[in-house]
Amino acid sequence: MVAAPPAEGAARLRPAERRGRAPGGRRPGGARRSALPRGGGGGGGARLGAVGPEEAGLPQGAGRGLSGRVAARRRSDGGPGREGAAPWGGEAGSGAEGLGVAGAVSGRSEPACGPQEGTAGAGAGLAGPWSLGCGPGEAEAGPTSRLGALRRPTFASPRFPRQGWEEPAGTAPGRETMPYLGSEDVVKELKKALCNPHVQADRLRYRNVIQRVIRMPKLDQWGQAEVLNFLLRYQPRSEEELFDILNLLDSFLKSSSPGVVMGATKLFLILAKKFPHVQTDVLVQVKGPLLAACSSESRELCFAALCHVRQILHSLPGHFSSHYKKFFCSYSEPHYIKLQKVEVLCELVNDENVQQVLEELRGYCTDVSADFAQAAIFAIGGIARTYTDQCVQILTELLGLRQEHITTVVVQTFRDLVWLCPQCTEAVCQALPGCEENIQDSEGKQALIWLLGVHGERIPNAPYVLEDFVENVKSETFPAVKMELLTALLRLFLCRPAECQDMLGRLLHYCIEEEKDMAVRDRGLFYYRLLLAGIDEVKRILCSPKSDPSLGLLEDQAERPVNSWASDFNTLVPVYGKARWAAISKYQGAEHRGPELPNTASFASSGPLIPEEHKETVQEPDSGALMLVPNCQLTAEYFEKTWFSLKVAHQQVFPWKGAVHPDTLQMALQVVNIQTIAMSRAGAHPWKAYLSAQDDTGCLFLTELLLEPENSEMQISVKQNEPRTETLNGFISVLETVLGTIGDIKS
Amino acid sequence: MISQFFILSSKGDPLIYKDFRGDSGGRDVAELFYRKLTGLPGDESPVVMHHDDRHFIHIRHSGLYLVATTSENISPFSLLELLSRLATLLGDYCGSLSEGTISRNVALVYELLDEVLDYGYVQTTSMEMLRNFIQTEAVVSKPFSLFDLSSVGLFGAETQQSKVAPSTAASRPVLASRSDQSQKNEVFLDVVERLSVLIASNGSLLKVDVQGEIRLKSFLPSGSEMRIGLTEEFCVGKSELRGYGPGIRVDEVSFHSSVLLEEFESHRILRLQPPQGELTVMRYQLSDDLPSPLPFRLFPSVQWDRGSGSQALNVRLHLPLPRGVVSLSQELSGPEQKAELGEGALRWDLPRVQGGSQLSGLFQMDVPGLPGPPGQGHSTTAPLGLGPASLSFELPRHTCSGLQVRFLRLAFRPCGSTSPHKWVRHLSHSDAYVIRI
Repeated sequence: MVAAPPAEGAARLRPAERRGRAPGGRRPGGARRSALPRGGGGGGGARLGAVGPEEAGLPQGAGRGLSGRVAARRRSDGGPGREGAAPWGGEAGSGAEGLGVAGAVSGRSEPACGPQEGTAGAGAGLAGPWSLGCGPGEAEAGPTSRLGALRRPTFASPRFPRQGWEEPAGTAPGRETMPYLGSEDVVKELKKALCNPHVQADRLRYRNVIQRVIRMPKLDQWGQAEVLNFLLRYQPRSEEELFDILNLLDSFLKSSSPGVVMGATKLFLILAKKFPHVQTDVLVQVKGPLLAACSSESRELCFAALCHVRQILHSLPGHFSSHYKKFFCSYSEPHYIKLQKVEVLCELVNDENVQQVLEELRGYCTDVSADFAQAAIFAIGGIARTYTDQCVQILTELLGLRQEHITTVVVQTFRDLVWLCPQCTEAVCQALPGCEENIQDSEGKQALIWLLGVHGERIPNAPYVLEDFVENVKSETFPAVKMELLTALLRLFLCRPAECQDMLGRLLHYCIEEEKDMAVRDRGLFYYRLLLAGIDEVKRILCSPKSDPSLGLLEDQAERPVNSWASDFNTLVPVYGKARWAAISKYQGAEHRGPELPNTASFASSGPLIPEEHKETVQEPDSGALMLVPNCQLTAEYFEKTWFSLKVAHQQVFPWKGAVHPDTLQMALQVVNIQTIAMSRAGAHPWKAYLSAQDDTGCLFLTELLLEPENSEMQISVKQNEPRTETLNGFISVLETVLGTIGDIKS
Repeated sequence: MISQFFILSSKGDPLIYKDFRGDSGGRDVAELFYRKLTGLPGDESPVVMHHDDRHFIHIRHSGLYLVATTSENISPFSLLELLSRLATLLGDYCGSLSEGTISRNVALVYELLDEVLDYGYVQTTSMEMLRNFIQTEAVVSKPFSLFDLSSVGLFGAETQQSKVAPSTAASRPVLASRSDQSQKNEVFLDVVERLSVLIASNGSLLKVDVQGEIRLKSFLPSGSEMRIGLTEEFCVGKSELRGYGPGIRVDEVSFHSSVLLEEFESHRILRLQPPQGELTVMRYQLSDDLPSPLPFRLFPSVQWDRGSGSQALNVRLHLPLPRGVVSLSQELSGPEQKAELGEGALRWDLPRVQGGSQLSGLFQMDVPGLPGPPGQGHSTTAPLGLGPASLSFELPRHTCSGLQVRFLRLAFRPCGSTSPHKWVRHLSHSDAYVIRI
């Protein structure tokens, strides 16, 4: 941003204001709207207070008169939403090149934006719900009295109309009655344009395309979702442009279709990746729709929404805390939703709601479904890291139930808890006696034995419990339990030698002489030899300082920045979960992985924003000396004739491993305007392909690719109808780049 | 963009299969999907599954699986929305969505899919656009048997112009078949509320959540304008006050995009020109502060406290019991009721509960090995593992928020003599009605 001299800015502002009043006052419905909690009216300053927020004048480019404003208003009436008429009383900088988007008046920050406007001189009204009031740099641009408005405390105001819905919401363009087919041509053109690397390279054209996309009013919800998806690939040139786009798309956030709302949210998060406060505001706005989806009747939608709620909670832990009741489970819900809800509850807990949440979770612990009960207990264990006392009390009560599936999980929770929160050791040690009768499974036994070993000195009957395990070690089926038993008994021996010596001897004898499992036997032998080395040595090794558990805890709770998952928002990633997604995408292989492959298929996908620089490098080879023309279509016959009439101009081998994916290769070649004439099927031996390309001077390049799997290399033969070395070299480097890219991805 | 779409019956039989892009395996994906679905480990969600490079996303709708496959990382919200929209469309075209109607209307369904999706991209889902292209007529199994109407005709003479339409009346194809021009013009308006309530053991309310919807199913020609008048005391948000009474307050309202709201502010009238078919006109939510008392109470007993003119249907009490219950003796207030023990819980079914009545059920359980109550003497605390009790029920002609439809007026006048029939229903049903013991 260029900092504007305040004087100039103020000068431009005043006429704009005067002009702004007249049309605003005439507008029907203005009175009602002014009563809206658009709270930011204060931002407009005292002078505007009487007029009502939305009637506040809009700073315009100096040369524009009243007529321009009226025209703009008419357009915005038919434009993105009828509702748009009031909040977006905009003036379009209708220049041929300028973005020309209607700057929206939200009645808050427009005066402050005036100065910036003036200096930018783009003719675009920049104001509205999303504006640049963030950096201190911009703030200095305006007169100091307006700093408040510029800084946008405005977002905090209840601008979000869902709190009350006084506004006719859902009047966003997504009218189902709108003909989508009617605008099909536009969509087609857009798709073509956006997939065309030349358009992407040509910034001006790209920009025009984007503008047309944004202004498309007559799209149904599916079209809107597509458009929002396409827009992800656009990188605004400047901050003004960025906020223009945000303002124009603001109505999508209020759409009644969750798909559109989430698409818009993702776009906002990605566009505003340098403006964390904007991101937070977007997430506040999307809270309503997300919560509505979470209590939706469609289980599937509910699940997807819950997954996204969790994603948001990772970054903004308190975001949903006041709505914790929405995440209480009902018994009729399917298992997977209950599990998600329990996870969410576990993450949104805070001082105010911890009591209620724990109460609710305790109810789940005795659920009929053992899986769900265990998940609830683990969740309580998770909360116990912060609210230890209450949770340990609940868990102790649960032990009183004497039910196997509960006891085993509670003991495991205790083990983790003692490790992470040493202050609760005392309470845990008091709760433990007696629960060994109710533990049958391996995990639970391990946890119990570990606890007895590590904190045995505080549990009076610890040696006797362990003795029972030693007695029954022959019938023990899990090797892991035996290993745990060995370690625990040795530890206990160090602090209570008199009670443990005898059984330790028996256990070691059994492990060394009779045990079949190698790992257990080796562990037994190891401890035996360690004991031979003397008790001090054992102490030194077993009781050496442990790693600091609190470090792990801190790391675990570190808030992840929004940007780390913004590109995953509204995709399948949160729904699968990050870990599973990683496994899946590894499994899926390369062609779905990322944007580095410049083929149309991956462009059309909702992949992340393609960095501009990257596209440049892809385009570089043919934008230099060599310019390959698109749409050079040779018939196979002509190719064959020419091929045989020419002699090989260049021949080389290219290292290649594995098979070829003809589709991928063909698509990649098409991007750089190399046409495929013929190609063998995948997996054919030998594999061949014939390619052709033509540069802007009409010179033809005919190529044969030959892959013989034994040699693990690809033979490239190029023929040229006019012998020119420099273009030939250019062509070969293009070809090599493509093959290299494909080869890299494949391997 | 989706690769394939198929519909499976609840038993896994493929009913409809359509491949849009031909980029992935053959018909056996449907089987594959069902195998994966049934063999899924308990802690994974079935909503999104993957196999090789394909993602399966499905919804369950009236016992059918509507599945889409895709190989891209697309927006789950849009796709789920599309699937439910497809379910609604199929329901509109075939009458209702069920295994029977789908298999009777296979040709129609394929035709519809062809128009809605092209190469995996959505073309349109609007009824208006689609009706120009769909030629096949829906096959309806049994149009209207007199048997269905018998419950109506029993009490009054006016079988034709009865005050009550049978509950199946709305489940017929939306588009009038070309042969049958005498198709009735009808509008069905449902106000449906889902109630989720959590009551603490001492009877205090912990959570009340009402999710309401006004659903419209219109058989009128598109573009006919109608006005729906809601209760005048209806207010939105915490602060607004209307009328003299306590008012009917909801927290949030959202409207369908085709609703015009000029008169909403002044007279609570929604004006809209609905397309044919089903449409959710308005959604609203209300939490924590319910104007009317709750329909059920349960301290030791379930008590019904609405006025006596109403009744509740299909009431079912679900009470989880402690593990190890060996026997159960019951003493119920009515002979036709019965309670069953199964899956570690008690189920007490009441097909019909008259308003104002009080029902009691005394259940005695034998639980060997359950530790006695903590402390000495009689304790009122329930043993661990008992409860919470959940009720599920339907309350016809009652909305918990108190919202009513005052009128439904049509601007449309049909050329024939019959004026359109308008049916309005109010219904509350339980989403989760939980009472801690």
